[in-house]
Amino acid sequence: MEFAELIKTPRVDNVVLHRPFYPAVEGTLCLTGHHLILSSRQDNTEELWLLHSNIDAIDKRFVGSLGTIIIKCKDFRIIQLDIPGMEECLNIASSIEALSTLDSITLMYPFFYRPMFEVIEDGWHSFLPEQEFELYSSATSEWRLSYVNKEFAVCPSYPPIVIVPKSVDDEALRKVATFRHGGRFPVLSYYHKKNGMVIMRSGQPLTGTNGRRCKEDEKLINATLRAGKRGYIIDTRSLNVAQQARAKGGGFEQEAHYPQWRRIHKSIERYHILQESLIKFVEACNEQTHNMDRWLSKLEASNWLTHIKEILTTACLAAQCIDREGASVLIHGTEGIDSTLQVTSLAQIILEPRSRTIRGFEALTEREWLQAGHPFQQRCAQSAYCNSKQKWEAPVFLLFLDCVWQILRQFPCSFEFNEHFLIMLFEHAYASQFGTFLGNNESERCKLKLQQKTMSLWSWVNRPNELSKFTNPLFEANNLVIWPSVAPQSLQLWEGIFLRWNRTSKYLDEAYEEMVNIIEYNKELQAKVNILRRQLAELETEDGMQESP
Amino acid sequence: MEHIRTTKVEQVKLLDRFSTSNKSLTGTLYLTATHLLFIDSHQKETWILHHHIASVEKLALTTSGCPLVIQCKNFRIVHFIVPRERDCHDIYNSLLQLSKQAKYEDLYAFSYNPKQNDSERLQGWQLIDLAEEYKRMGVPNSHWQLSDANREYKICETYPRELYVPRIASKPIIVGSSKFRSKGRFPVLSYYHQDKEAAICRCSQPLSGFSARCLEDEHLLQAVSKANPVNRYMYVMDTRPKLNAMANRAAGKGYENEDNYSNIRFQFVGIENIHVMRSSLQKLLEVSGTKGLSVNDFYSGLESSGWLRHIKAVMDAAIFLAKVLIEKDWISFGHKFSERCGHLDGDPKEVSPVFTQFLECVWHLTEQFPQAFEFNEAFLLQIHEHIHSCQFGNFLGNCQKEREELKLKEKTYSLWPFLLEDQKKYLNPLYSFKSQRFTVLEPNTVSFNFKFWRNMYHQFDRTLHPRQSVFNIIMNMNEQNKQLQKDIQDLESKIKRHKNKQTDGILTKELVHSVCPESPTLKTSLCFKEQTLLPVNDALRTIEGSSPADNRYSEYAEEFSKSEPAVVSLEYGVARMTC
Repeated sequence: MEFAELIKTPRVDNVVLHRPFYPAVEGTLCLTGHHLILSSRQDNTEELWLLHSNIDAIDKRFVGSLGTIIIKCKDFRIIQLDIPGMEECLNIASSIEALSTLDSITLMYPFFYRPMFEVIEDGWHSFLPEQEFELYSSATSEWRLSYVNKEFAVCPSYPPIVIVPKSVDDEALRKVATFRHGGRFPVLSYYHKKNGMVIMRSGQPLTGTNGRRCKEDEKLINATLRAGKRGYIIDTRSLNVAQQARAKGGGFEQEAHYPQWRRIHKSIERYHILQESLIKFVEACNEQTHNMDRWLSKLEASNWLTHIKEILTTACLAAQCIDREGASVLIHGTEGIDSTLQVTSLAQIILEPRSRTIRGFEALTEREWLQAGHPFQQRCAQSAYCNSKQKWEAPVFLLFLDCVWQILRQFPCSFEFNEHFLIMLFEHAYASQFGTFLGNNESERCKLKLQQKTMSLWSWVNRPNELSKFTNPLFEANNLVIWPSVAPQSLQLWEGIFLRWNRTSKYLDEAYEEMVNIIEYNKELQAKVNILRRQLAELETEDGMQESP
Repeated sequence: MEHIRTTKVEQVKLLDRFSTSNKSLTGTLYLTATHLLFIDSHQKETWILHHHIASVEKLALTTSGCPLVIQCKNFRIVHFIVPRERDCHDIYNSLLQLSKQAKYEDLYAFSYNPKQNDSERLQGWQLIDLAEEYKRMGVPNSHWQLSDANREYKICETYPRELYVPRIASKPIIVGSSKFRSKGRFPVLSYYHQDKEAAICRCSQPLSGFSARCLEDEHLLQAVSKANPVNRYMYVMDTRPKLNAMANRAAGKGYENEDNYSNIRFQFVGIENIHVMRSSLQKLLEVSGTKGLSVNDFYSGLESSGWLRHIKAVMDAAIFLAKVLIEKDWISFGHKFSERCGHLDGDPKEVSPVFTQFLECVWHLTEQFPQAFEFNEAFLLQIHEHIHSCQFGNFLGNCQKEREELKLKEKTYSLWPFLLEDQKKYLNPLYSFKSQRFTVLEPNTVSFNFKFWRNMYHQFDRTLHPRQSVFNIIMNMNEQNKQLQKDIQDLESKIKRHKNKQTDGILTKELVHSVCPESPTLKTSLCFKEQTLLPVNDALRTIEGSSPADNRYSEYAEEFSKSEPAVVSLEYGVARMTC
């Protein structure tokens, strides 16, 4: 098969592996089509089992005939392999390079992976749009499912089924699609049951320099407003950027044509600006020798937390419009597949208790990211150590997860999942044995036949065994809207992701375990007291019967 | 009371500190002999102890009234608008007087009466016994002994009467050395590590100038070195930056000349002096108090304040000293409490946040080692609160001699019994007392471990904090567990009594068996829902006061509110923030 050609040296002995916080181990290095494996010969255990697709960059250097390969992973880990023999080392390095940058998606590991676990529930069918819509249909009849995009002809980045206002027919949708970037006509993202207000998302309107308008577009979004009510359009670009977009055929909604809508411009960065921010941020976190001033100035210069604050603020603003102003919201940037999705999904975390449960969050990821057409394949192609500087690579999803973590930190009892759940999603978005994050949209996933040929991440996660690792022991369902603080003093460095490989978390992990023990013990005691109480009550009634004449 | 002219002002506005659109609460302001009290229209009370006030400022009159800004030593900052200028002026003048007492006797501690009788009061003061502390460390022993040289405070006024010195150091050597040391603070034992037979000693800088030497001092250090027989070398750590030490030579002070001391290695660790620390904290507070603060301004402010750099320097230098108990290391050894904390109206240059820094270092350790400390963050915050409150006698006066002269033990109360009484609040539920792993902590001082201590510097800015506290929940649950264990014992013994009554002769074996039945899990979980005993403080689980208005999101959108210039007037920013 094809891989054999890429693997010049499949096996090298006496390789020494160096990892943070572990003693160095010597063993045999094996390369397979999808993995780099190092096993120490003593007890035949694998010390390292690394997916090639997790490798972001490699460096090699030589001292005499001893070669060293430094492997930098997409999950920010850095490991080092000392390989005796210059030829072996060069072979290994070039193989890794080739195997970690395979062109064809169908050669990726998910197409070869055979699960060792029993599938209880097929994750490919866990979150169907029809089921999601049913959750709303009990509360409102103003919306309908549209199959207008069944063949992906109207909008290539939308799923086959979308939710639109009932009063707008498919013909109108087709017209609106020609007026919105990428054919992304406004669709329902979230329905707020409390007051019937909605979040919609779309691509930018294609007004161009001559102020083109589209009556159907105006009609569509006006159809979502109650009589006499106004709505908000949140443009995730600054006014300046939005104005510049007109020159390229894009633009924004003119007041004159959308008199019932008030437009708010926010400025959320995209593309390489985010990628560079990540690169700088990870670089700062990886440097152990920075003095305090240097560390703080690097942290500042990376702008990572500025992006976090900007995204969170915009999401909070959208949620505020819905819940406090009682107004519906349309959110878009340019294409409506990056910052737009960050805002719509975070607003739901704030507003909707269900999205703070494990299944609810999975549904949200499925609906607002995968089906909504966030191009995971492109965005997550490389991570913090890449040099490629491709415009389409950006840690958009990681920023979203970081924002969720910030809210989780502030409301530690309101989420059913813990930090590990978010870290797991980050890892799988960048490298995975599952097919869930492959492809850039539903259309591509259909063509790849992922449902038939690969396993869904959800099939694995939603098994009791795995779920127990991701469950927050402090969770207590909370039906309120949660308003996080976005002040710089309240935002923190996500240590679980960014310092994970840079310092030991032994003492923190032990403290966490102790906390879990206290909670478990509490449950145990409660149960025991209840049993004893009932037992005593029974004895007392028996006594009563014996004593009564 | 002679300072108070107006005791009550109505229709006063309390401004939201971080709002750029002047959000406010309206209420009534009361002035008492000890406190300033604001009650807003929701009946929420804000109490400010006069002693906590670091500075009061009257800003220029506005259309809505006269602004009064009060900054407190516990980092509370309140901004009132008083409708009439006259009232504002009266309050301003009163607070100026009340917050800066000229005499010790006017401090709150001398009037505070917590309803303890004399023997309780005495017990409180005896709670921490220094001799006992040294005994715990294994001192006196064959190398170290108690010296009576300072019994009458003749050698050093700022040292306590009882001091531990090397056994082989004679009194003339001690006296000689003390004359060579700034303020007579000759080298004395601070901490003794029994297992390693190593000691930490402490002293002030030598009065060496450019060339002076003192044979007695050299002998004393030699004696200290010999008292640590395991170690070949003795290290002398000079906590100052070398430049400062060199500069001091011109004033006849300075540092030890290596040539005159054998087997001793000298090292400067570069902790800045109190003046640098004071202005550093001032800058930090200015930054964190900025309205509409951006992330970049926050971090560049954090950097330029240098505060975390100083914290790291202290940690780096005194990595294990931080473990030493507060009472021993700070109070008995003449940290100039009154002056550094500005209790009395004195030289503002002598005021410095050294103790705050110490607490912050301890906090950083608790963050890295969540199970190593018996106390929690609330304990540190409470101690910080009382350093400035002047409510208890512990932190008054500058040294033991002064404290004796003030008769603090007869006239005021000790803080420790009050903390002890409330100890439930201050216990760390995760504390792992059984493990010996934490005998010596090895903290990681890579820069990324140091964080801004939000719970200290923003302790009164409710909106900046998490709205659910894991810590409180676990603490309550721990308490609840203790109660449940008791309940189980009670229930079991009751059931036993019932069974005995019923069966009267049936084998006990059977009885034991039936007391703890293996119950189906389904049923237990049902019971659990049916009946929750002693609920884990429900209030803590509800999302307290989380609202979009509190978080001012719309102020971040230009269109929502035409934001006025988000600058803190410089006057206000550089305000006389003392401690």
